Order: sequence, then structure tokens, then C-alpha cells
Amino acid sequence: MLQRESGVYKTSYAADMALFPLPIARWTMAAIVLLFAVVLPLSLHEYYLSIINLALIAVVGALGLNMLVGYTGQISVGHAAFMSVGAYTAANLAVKFDLPFWITLPAGGLMAALIGAIVGIPSLRIKGLYLAIATLAAQLIIEWVINHTPAISGGAQASIQVPRPTLWGHELKTQGQLYFFLLFFAALAILAALNLARSRIGRAFVAIRDQDIAAEIIGIDIYRYKLLSFAISSFYAGVCGVLYTYYLGIANYEQFQIGVSIDYLAMIIIGGLGSVLGSVLGAAFVTMLPIVIRLVMEPLAGLFFSAGELSSVVASTRLVVFGALIISFLVVEPEGLNRLWRNIRNYFRVWPFSY
Amino acid sequence: MWDELQFASALIVSGLSIGLMYSLIALGFVLVYKATDAINFAQGEFVMLAGFVAALMLAPKMPVLVAIGAAVAVMVAFSFALERIVLRPLIGRPIIAVIMATIGLGAMLRGLPPITVGGETRAVSLNIGDMPIGFGSISLPPVQILGVIVTLAFFGLFTWFFLRSRMGIAMRAVADNQQVAMAMGINVERYFALAWAMAGTVSALGGVIWGSMLGVDVHLALVGLKVFPVVILGGLDSVAGAVIGGLIVGVVESLAAGYIDPYVGGGTKDFAPYVLMIITLMFKPYGIFGTHRVERV
Repeated sequence: MLQRESGVYKTSYAADMALFPLPIARWTMAAIVLLFAVVLPLSLHEYYLSIINLALIAVVGALGLNMLVGYTGQISVGHAAFMSVGAYTAANLAVKFDLPFWITLPAGGLMAALIGAIVGIPSLRIKGLYLAIATLAAQLIIEWVINHTPAISGGAQASIQVPRPTLWGHELKTQGQLYFFLLFFAALAILAALNLARSRIGRAFVAIRDQDIAAEIIGIDIYRYKLLSFAISSFYAGVCGVLYTYYLGIANYEQFQIGVSIDYLAMIIIGGLGSVLGSVLGAAFVTMLPIVIRLVMEPLAGLFFSAGELSSVVASTRLVVFGALIISFLVVEPEGLNRLWRNIRNYFRVWPFSY
Repeated sequence: MWDELQFASALIVSGLSIGLMYSLIALGFVLVYKATDAINFAQGEFVMLAGFVAALMLAPKMPVLVAIGAAVAVMVAFSFALERIVLRPLIGRPIIAVIMATIGLGAMLRGLPPITVGGETRAVSLNIGDMPIGFGSISLPPVQILGVIVTLAFFGLFTWFFLRSRMGIAMRAVADNQQVAMAMGINVERYFALAWAMAGTVSALGGVIWGSMLGVDVHLALVGLKVFPVVILGGLDSVAGAVIGGLIVGVVESLAAGYIDPYVGGGTKDFAPYVLMIITLMFKPYGIFGTHRVERV
């Protein structure tokens, strides 16, 4: 990630696709792991850890959406609905059957994958705009069904209280404990995504994105891979929903409305479509954004608005900044933060002798 | 029995009139898609913006026509600017770029009013009274009748425009094949701008009418969510489809609200059109009047 190679010396595909292109990459990776596993939790205050926790949850969801939108090129506006499927599955299993998280978490993911694959079926016939609208419908329908089925949601507008995850008999209660819990799953999700992207499946996804008819002609079973992409993406979404539910301690449909789907789309656009690093950067960026806006706005907005209006003004400012960011990234830097990071790296690759 | 029939016919008539008002908004979407291939996920926010302009103009007791004129002018200018600044750089990029750009634009537009003019609900009063006008046993509020008239007028106008006028034919040529249109001496960019201006005008009137019916605040933008079932049913690039789709969606949601709501506790109104839409997508993805796209590798 941080290494500066002096040129391209790769002679085989295996070398080109390796996770660690140079020996030194292992050391930088070890340093990053050390930073996240030891230095940050020891040095940061609870409040900052809680922000990182939210970002870690978002990383899982963003990776899933990027798998579908960035790698496979199928647009989904219903990511939050798949998160809610995972969240409610896990919440019901945890409350009604008293199951531990290591069963509810994969169960939530699998349930979301199943629903996601069903929602993906129209993608066999339609694409682009039509698919976007179909997934929008899925978002609204899933939201409505969950909210109107008391057996799932515990009644309209209700929320389900979920017990804290326990590990070897210990309840994970503080932000610090939850941090390790979430870090583990986020790291697992990143590793799985990195490997998936360079596998046969990931290549098939990219081929479908670039031209699905051409991909079919060269022998990729596009129906299978499109459904697989929906299933994998929804699995990630479901896991993300489960993690969020455990983090908050409640499952509530309001956490999974269409605005959240758009937040996740914004993450992968800002981070960079079709890139694992981009998903991570985008998730972190979009999670931090409202916090930064609140920090900036609170002293400023006090001059113009009354205290009662403040929260709605901050929320609205977030929407405006958000929209402006999406548009400016799309117009100016379509490949997102990932590309900016690459540009910086390329600049320093031969620094200080740039020519 | 008689009561049942009366209930059903009242539901159908109100559904038809609401449906035509959905068509008015959907027309804006269809015009832009037809001419420029751009997808406007912010159509509801356009309507909201127009509603805000009209409400702000009416607040200091301006004449209604001035307020409507101002809404149209602002929307046309806004659409021009949008096309120039945001959508033109995105030409030739994957479809998700345009979708996300308009989604982002929608977020911006929803965020702006509470910061600039305040988020409270405003009234748009058109001075046409609010006594329901009756036809036999069925009655409709005047604003809905106005909506029906405006939609039908626009429908007639656009039908004439696309079939008979020189500019309309040129715009169809642009929609059909931009490169060939260019080669035939049509100024494609001008027609893009024209299409957006027309969409802006339609949205402005939609904003005035919907605003006077629901009141203008940020939630007015939710009307835009109804655009998608309408255009999918009718076909994305068909003006007639927008009208027919609107009528179907209006009737379906009105009947669903009348007959299913008592059993499930509300909300069917927003849900039924999408179920209908999913069914359409499964069996007739290009809608009733939409053009099938042939793709080349």
C-alpha cells in the first residue's frame, strides 16, 4: 500500500495479482494492523472509538455495495433494505431463540443473501435505470413489509431490543470492547473482498460490468453471476445490518430507510467504484462527514438560528454538503478517493526526482 | 349494493384525477429521458423547488399568475444550469453517474430550504376556492380539477409539438440518434436545453398544483417517488405512456387505499403502485408504450 517500487518487474499473472506485491508490503500491512489493533484502542478516547466503530460497520456495508455496483455494474438503491433483513433476522433469532451472535450473524447474512438474490432476479431481464428503479421498489416494499408484519418488527413503528454480544461469557459493552468485535469483522470483510475481487468470480463480475452481452459470448454464465453478485452484496449488507443492530442494541426500521441506501451509494462513489480501498475510504469519509459538519456548524449556526432549529439545520447542511460532494466527485474525479490516493502515491513514487 | 358502487366510483374518480396529476410530474421525467437520455431522480425535488418559489412569491400577496410565472422562470433557469454544469460533463459516462448525480442534486435541494428560508410548511393559495365541485354524487376539490385541466392541456400541447411542429420533430430525431441528428444539421445541444426547459415548465406547474394541494415543505419532494411506477408502467419515453401510467397508478393506489387499508393499518397507498411496477418489470419491462432498446456489443 505504501511502498514505492522503482518500476514494474512483474513477470507472471500470479505476481501481478498478489496481495503483497513486494516483501515490504507485508511490513506496512503489519504496521497498519498494529496501528488498528493496538495503538488506536489504547490511545483514543471512547468518543472517537465510537466514531471508528460506526465507520467499521459502514466499511462492511460499503464493500458489499461496491461488489454489486462497482464490480458487477448492477445498480442497487435497496442496500438498506437488505441490511434491515439481516438486522431483523438476527434480532428475532437473538431474542426469541436466545442464540449467540456467531449464529445470528451468519444467519442474518444468509437471509439477506436469499432476499437479495430474489430481488436480483429482475436483473436478468433489465438493467441500468430499470434495475435502479426495481431495487428502489424492493427497498420500499421490504421496508413496508417489515414494518407491517408484527411477527418481524414487533409491531408498527416498534423496535426490538437486542442483547449485547457475548464472547466466552463476557458481555461486550464498552466502545473499546465493541471496537475489537467490529474490527475483526471489518478486517474479515476486507480480506474476503480483496480475494473475491481477484478470483474467477471477481473477474466474471468485472466482465459483466464492462459489457454483459460480450461476457455472455465468451462463456460467462451471466445469470448465475448476476444473482451471485446480488447474493454476495446482500450477504455483506445483512452482516452490516446485524453488526449495526448489535452495536446499537436495538433493531429499528428507521435505521434502514432509503436515505441510508443513498448514503452507501455515496460512500462508494466518493471512495471509488470497483475498489476495495475506495470502499474503506468512502465509508470512513461519509461516516465522519456529519460529525465534522456538526463541529463546524454548531458555533456558526448559533449566530443565525435558534437552538430549536439547530438540529434540523445541521441535518439539512449535511444533506447539502453530501449532495454537493456526490456531484463534484462525479464531475471532477469519477474514480473517487481511491484515485486521489493513487495520484498521491504516484507522485511520491519517484519523488524527489520527478523527471 | 348501491353504496358499494358509489364508494367504488368515488375512489376511481378521485384516483383518476390524482393520477393525472402524477402524470404531470411524470411528463417532466419522460421529456428529459426521451430527448437527452438523462434520468432525473430529482423530479420530486424539482416539484418541491417550484412549490417553494410559488409559496414565497405568494406570501407578500403577489398575484397568482405572477407567482406561477416566477416558478416557471426559476425552474427553466435552474434546469438550464443543471444541464450545463452537471449533466453535460457526464455525457458518455455509465448510467449510474447520471443517476447518482441527480440523487445528489435531490439531496441538496431537500437540504437547502430549511437553511435558507426555513423548513415550515407554507400554503400556496390559488384563489380558486376549496368548495368541492360536484358531478352527480361524486365531487372533487377545485385544485384537482385544475390539475386535470393543466395535465390534459400539456398532453395535447406535447402531442401536437412532437407530431406536428418542426422543433418537436427535430427533438424526436435527437432522441432517436444524436449523431445522425447532428449530421442532419440539428443543433443537438440546443434541443437538450429545450427539453430541460420544457421539463422545468412542467415541474413548475406541478409544483404549484401539488403545493396548493399538500402545502409546501420538504416532504413535497416525496411526490417524486410516484413518478417511477408511472413511467415504468407507461414506458419511459412515451408522453402518452406517462398519462396512461399516471391514470393506472392513481386508480390502483386509490382502490388499494380504499379496500386494503382497513385490514393492514394504512400505508398501502405508497406500496401498491410499486407492487404493480414490479409486476410490470417482470412481464413487460419496457412498459405499455415504451420503445425496446436494441443493444450492440
